[in-house]
Amino acid sequence: MAKKVKSTKVKAKSAPKKTVKKIPVKKLDTRKQTIESLLELIRITSTVIPDDVAKVLMKARTQEEQNTTASYAMNIIKDNMDLAKFKSQPLCQDTGTVIFFVYHPPGFFQNEFKELIKKAVVQATQKGYLRQNSVNSLTGENAGTNLGEGHPSIHFYETNKKEVEVKLVLKGGGCENVSAQYSLPDTTLGAGRDLEGVRKVVIDAVYKAQGKGCGPGALGVCVGGDRADSAYAAKKQLLRKLDDKNSIPELAKLENEIVETCNKLGIGPMGFGGKTTLISCKMTHSNRVPASFFVSISYMCWAFRRQGIVMDSKKNTIKKWLY
Amino acid sequence: MKKLNYPFSPEAVRELKVGDMVLITGKLFTGRDAVHKYLHEGNKSPVNLKNQIIYHCGPVTMKDKKTGKWTVTAAGPTTSIREEPYQWEVIRDHGIVGVIGKGGMGQKTLDACKEYGCVYFHAVGGAAQVLAEKIKSVDGLYLEEFGLPEAIWELTVEDFPVVVTMDAHGNSLHKEVEASSKEILKSVL
Repeated sequence: MAKKVKSTKVKAKSAPKKTVKKIPVKKLDTRKQTIESLLELIRITSTVIPDDVAKVLMKARTQEEQNTTASYAMNIIKDNMDLAKFKSQPLCQDTGTVIFFVYHPPGFFQNEFKELIKKAVVQATQKGYLRQNSVNSLTGENAGTNLGEGHPSIHFYETNKKEVEVKLVLKGGGCENVSAQYSLPDTTLGAGRDLEGVRKVVIDAVYKAQGKGCGPGALGVCVGGDRADSAYAAKKQLLRKLDDKNSIPELAKLENEIVETCNKLGIGPMGFGGKTTLISCKMTHSNRVPASFFVSISYMCWAFRRQGIVMDSKKNTIKKWLY
Repeated sequence: MKKLNYPFSPEAVRELKVGDMVLITGKLFTGRDAVHKYLHEGNKSPVNLKNQIIYHCGPVTMKDKKTGKWTVTAAGPTTSIREEPYQWEVIRDHGIVGVIGKGGMGQKTLDACKEYGCVYFHAVGGAAQVLAEKIKSVDGLYLEEFGLPEAIWELTVEDFPVVVTMDAHGNSLHKEVEASSKEILKSVL
């Protein structure tokens, strides 16, 4: 299942070492290093497709019939992946909603870290790893920094690990616009309040998306929850590696079934028609109240920008890449 | 692979058909939500768009601090359907002969393509680097007040790769794929 880290049960046995860092100069250095690590995380996320996704896309490319518009699209996708990596420039000009998931030990200073994330985002924008992509919803103003109400989106989770892990997803607007939420039962689709009903609405969402979400797409799905938590949990499924296996057998089976069925729809890359419409479907579930049964679907484009780092607990340098 | 070279004309685009893979060489003008709304409201275009191609794109652009020159570092298409309420009128009133975007457009635009001689070209969404590589120069910037992604950028491109998905004869690949996938959808639900 997903690398979901539960934020319960804080053990107070290991006193946080952070308090040692009181010498101003040293503190300044680690802050600077944190910003650098975060900036590098943004750069790689924006410019390099993670290995697990690249592997599936390249397989899909060989499966399209040669000399069709579908294979033409897949070839351009491959060239684009190579070029973005080589030039260290954004895979897609829509560098999306910038969503951070921070997993930290107890005693961590969230507000301070937030400020460092913001600094890294501003720098990444200046360097062109991110487009000036954040607009005030009331005035239409674009401050050009990617900062503003709700931006960047930052989520914290407390863990029992010593090190800080930061995951980042850049979620473009095109695929976000075709993401969906259904309320079961859905009479027009004949979708009831069971897994068969879930299957139907997910496939319907893929049909409705056609090529508008920059397919071949990848789905994160949440069965249940209230409207808000359900949508968020669906999006969090995008953090799972494409080759992992769901620990819940029913969902594992449904994930495969949905991918297979959607690839029969013939929508294909970019909606040009073709064999690969979907490269993955990852599902989770959340309890619901008896009166509600929501199914949320987060559609991710082929330019699946997701990366993560483990930071060295002392130096705040990047110790490990997660994808 | 077909070629479409500048200057463009309604006659040249009428020869193109759905499914044609085309390399465009010449001028493109970017224009997305803000620009379409602006033109639709009857405002005058800061550039003459007659026989030009509009590209639904909000590029990542960088200004050289010393020379003041702009470069485009990422320039893939944005979702076109948002311009559906405006596009037909922009085609009619401004005489554009091509629209580049992604995801396709609706019946109003398809009708305008037929009536006025215009084609919808689909660029590969997300392929911002491959497409930015084809931009040879940035020749102008208009309506900068809309924000850089929303402004009109005048670009010269060479062998810009697109697929005709809506032609000037009433054909739409998007309509076809939607209809065929709908049939399959019925059988799997």
